[in-house]
Amino acid sequence: MLLRHTSTEMKERSALTVNPAKTCQPIGAMYAALGVHGCLPHSHGSQGCYAYHRSALTRHFKEPVVAATSAFTEGASVFGGQANLVQAIDNIFSVYNPDVIAVHTTCLSETIGDDVPQIFAKAKADGKVPDGKFLFHANTPSYVGSHVTGFASTTKAMVDYFAETNGHKTKTINLIPGYVEPSDMAEIRRIAETMGISTIMFPDTSKVLNGPLTGKYKMFPEGGVTVEELKQSGNSKGTIALGRTASLPAARALDAKCKVPCEILGLPLGLHGTDSFVDTLRRMAGVNVPDALNLERGQLVDSISDWHQYLYGKRVAIVGDPDQVLALTRFLVSLDMRPVHIVTGSPAGKKYVKSLQEAVAEVPEEVNIKVPGDMFLFHQWIKNDPVDLIIGNTYAKYIAKDEDIPLVRHGFPIYDRLGHSYFSTMGYRGALRLMEKLLDAILDRKDRDADDITMELVM
Amino acid sequence: MATGANKKPAEVRLDRQDPEKIKARLLAKYPPKVARKRAKQIVVNKVSADGEVPVISSNVRTVPGLMGQRGCCYAGCKGVVLGPTRDIINITHGPIGCGYYSWLTRRNQTDPDSSADGHNYIPYCFSTDMQDQEIIFGGEKKLKQAIQEAYDNFKPKAIAVFSTCPVGLIGDDVHAVCREMKAKLGINVFGFSCEGYKGVSQSAGHHIANNGIFKHVVGLDDTVKEGNYRINLLGEYNIGGDAFEIERLFERCGITLVSSYSGNASIDAFANSHTADLNLIMCHRSINYVAEMMETKFGVPWIKVNFIGAAATAKSLRKIAQYFDEQELTDIVEQVIAEEMPAVEAACADVRPRTEGKRAMLFVGGSRAHHYQELFAELGMKTLSAGYEFGHRDDYEGRKVLPDIKVDADSRNIEEMEITPDPERFKPRISEAKKAELEAKGLQFSAYDGMMTEMPDGTMVIDDLSQYETDQLIKMFKPDIFCAGIKEKYTVQKHGIPLKQLHSYDYGGPYAGFKGAINFYKEIDRMVSSRAWQYMRAPWQEHPELSATYAWE
Ligand code: SF4
Ligand code: SF4
Repeated sequence: MLLRHTSTEMKERSALTVNPAKTCQPIGAMYAALGVHGCLPHSHGSQGCYAYHRSALTRHFKEPVVAATSAFTEGASVFGGQANLVQAIDNIFSVYNPDVIAVHTTCLSETIGDDVPQIFAKAKADGKVPDGKFLFHANTPSYVGSHVTGFASTTKAMVDYFAETNGHKTKTINLIPGYVEPSDMAEIRRIAETMGISTIMFPDTSKVLNGPLTGKYKMFPEGGVTVEELKQSGNSKGTIALGRTASLPAARALDAKCKVPCEILGLPLGLHGTDSFVDTLRRMAGVNVPDALNLERGQLVDSISDWHQYLYGKRVAIVGDPDQVLALTRFLVSLDMRPVHIVTGSPAGKKYVKSLQEAVAEVPEEVNIKVPGDMFLFHQWIKNDPVDLIIGNTYAKYIAKDEDIPLVRHGFPIYDRLGHSYFSTMGYRGALRLMEKLLDAILDRKDRDADDITMELVM
Repeated sequence: MATGANKKPAEVRLDRQDPEKIKARLLAKYPPKVARKRAKQIVVNKVSADGEVPVISSNVRTVPGLMGQRGCCYAGCKGVVLGPTRDIINITHGPIGCGYYSWLTRRNQTDPDSSADGHNYIPYCFSTDMQDQEIIFGGEKKLKQAIQEAYDNFKPKAIAVFSTCPVGLIGDDVHAVCREMKAKLGINVFGFSCEGYKGVSQSAGHHIANNGIFKHVVGLDDTVKEGNYRINLLGEYNIGGDAFEIERLFERCGITLVSSYSGNASIDAFANSHTADLNLIMCHRSINYVAEMMETKFGVPWIKVNFIGAAATAKSLRKIAQYFDEQELTDIVEQVIAEEMPAVEAACADVRPRTEGKRAMLFVGGSRAHHYQELFAELGMKTLSAGYEFGHRDDYEGRKVLPDIKVDADSRNIEEMEITPDPERFKPRISEAKKAELEAKGLQFSAYDGMMTEMPDGTMVIDDLSQYETDQLIKMFKPDIFCAGIKEKYTVQKHGIPLKQLHSYDYGGPYAGFKGAINFYKEIDRMVSSRAWQYMRAPWQEHPELSATYAWE
């Protein structure tokens, strides 16, 4: 047994987190910043955080994840990190020459109380920021929120620092994709493009964290939203924010700053999630939904009806980030599956819990929900009340193996499988892929467990 | 010393290039202050006739913004040294991230069923997940409660607490909490003030971990484990199963492993490790402090070993035999080497046609950049350049420079423990006369000659390599393989050059001992011969002309 000390006996815990289902703000900040073209994320703190964040993102994407650090020592921790950050900015522009540096704080610099905008002013006054180069920052103390909060704050900082308006609205629609994979961002944009809509998406990590192997290393790859586009986002006709926890702050900020109206939706994951995205796009842009998308939708519905018998009534445990978990829950319920244990690691608020409860209202049994919880609790629930399938990140494989339950990997981090950065789970196509994964897991298990008499050729 | 006083024309070439020119190119783009600092950390090696090597600046602060490889003190303490021990509940006191990232990512294998109680907490991550109210009002109460909950849920025999950056700033007295909970629960509870900002790298954390284990665990149990030739293996963390392979060899030779630090280790073994008769040090950087303290307090001598590389493994086994100086052991060791080597030699001969003459670069850790040069040499490969992420001068130049190392502000805040001989338990394991006799025969005690003394003249030794320098080295040399860690892996591979991770072994291994050497030969053969690197250009990029004749007839 891997998790041999996890017992069925549930004891109250108020202080000890065991096997967390979330991590810290700066990694989300780093991920979001990589979705800006020519941007070098910078961690303002000791070098340990940056090393951990780069390592974790690298393990997930199997791609270069570049970022810099202020490399605090004890001195900086006592006297403040201004000198370190000014020096870092100078060195970064001299040596690596990015277009933008995106600074995020860490628990250390936050506890010290470093004032990043003031340090930026100092760096500019000292001539350390060349013309045409940009700085922006987000406060990302990890003793608040989670990696999703860090992502949300950095996305919002893009608006705070860059969005402008000249009073003339364009036909463009802003898309804020949420904490999703590069493949998902590409798919979300493709859907809008299929509808003939011009978009600005931020952040956009596609072609940054799923780049090609060509023999030439580019520190700043092709992808990412440009600063120019971020400026323009203030003139867009509207904004669609996907995922409340990851995308709402930026959308609201843009509305407040540049009067760009916004719609806050769930992630376009699954049939209904995608329906609501496409329908909102259609209305906001004033376009018709093209046949190509109707076809994709129809194929998804067709497959749902074809395979319903294997999904119906299956009991599932889901652990992950709030926006993903909510969308997944809705999708599973729409397939007549039964999410019965649901945990998010990140805090997400009462409103969120209510949405989750509504999503499972029709599940014909009691559903355990914990927001925020940890994977130890999640495992204990599974031990006490086993399920047919687990959906979670790579860490969930320890539970899946111990309990001998099939696992579908979804979310962050996925350290041990190919696919997530290339094949999206968003949109109708993505829903089809997700269904394929669910069915593969369920049917592989069915085949494995079938005896010689009941083995089926056709399913 | 560092640079020759009078400039001689460079005769030494490195891969047909002038290493001094390469160094100048590495520094050219840096702002002057940075260039001056880095110039002392980039050294063209030269070993004098009497074994002197140039001075290299190391264990100094990383330049902000330069993008280096290093992690933090916490990572060195909790991640590296204490992490591999299976039966301590390691609670990270701090916000969630630090504990999260050090959860299972270092691949320390362990065999819980080799302890009677079967405890194994390695697959778990424990954190106090500090929130803002603790940052404001202090986290001691939550920590106390967390220790209580760890005890209630798991009933461990020991709990250790690791402080992260904010903890030091808000001033939680972690040690007082641990003392209180130790008294209350009746199990060993101890803390480490290993805040990430201490020191300049993981190295500070190693030192703090060594101090803590020595203070709180070593010597708690005087039971003498039965067996002949009783040794401890220090600085071997069982990544990818390395320790298992070394244990296999010890077993074959009849050598009794009392405790390992800390691969496949148990806290119970630490507690009576002072009863061993010899300490073997693998990774000098991370663990020499425990060996030194154990020698002073209990009289256990130490020797440096290296089980990376088949020849080095044989040499290390022979050193152990030499120390115990008994015919029986010497015979078994020779027999084991004789039995193990044919398979190693066959594997090596098989891959050598494809690896011979290939060129490697190694930038990793505090010992592996040195040790792995052995394996590359066995493959007929040349090391062009190497350096440590967090080594000190003694790891580069040898322990003879220890008296010359200045203690700077960043090292001063790491406690140097005052150790004196234990009034009852100090017992020199060998007499001075015997020691002198063995030394005369070539067995060196408390000695490590460092990496540079074994590297050819003209090779480039670079401390705390930056991303920029990595890129430049690759462009200038196009090495056949580059060794570093996960953060560097894909920045290097995008150039079309394979990177072997020498922290995590790319999830392979073991590479230690004889079987490990075979694994490594095969792995390097795979990597330098992989077809993948041939596919980077499409046919139409190779031959873009449109007027090509159709060739299907
Ligand atoms: S200190 Fe904070 S930012 Fe750094 S790794 Fe830990 S939780 Fe994350
Ligand atoms: S906060 Fe400090 S202890 Fe934690 S990872 Fe960062 S540098 Fe290390």
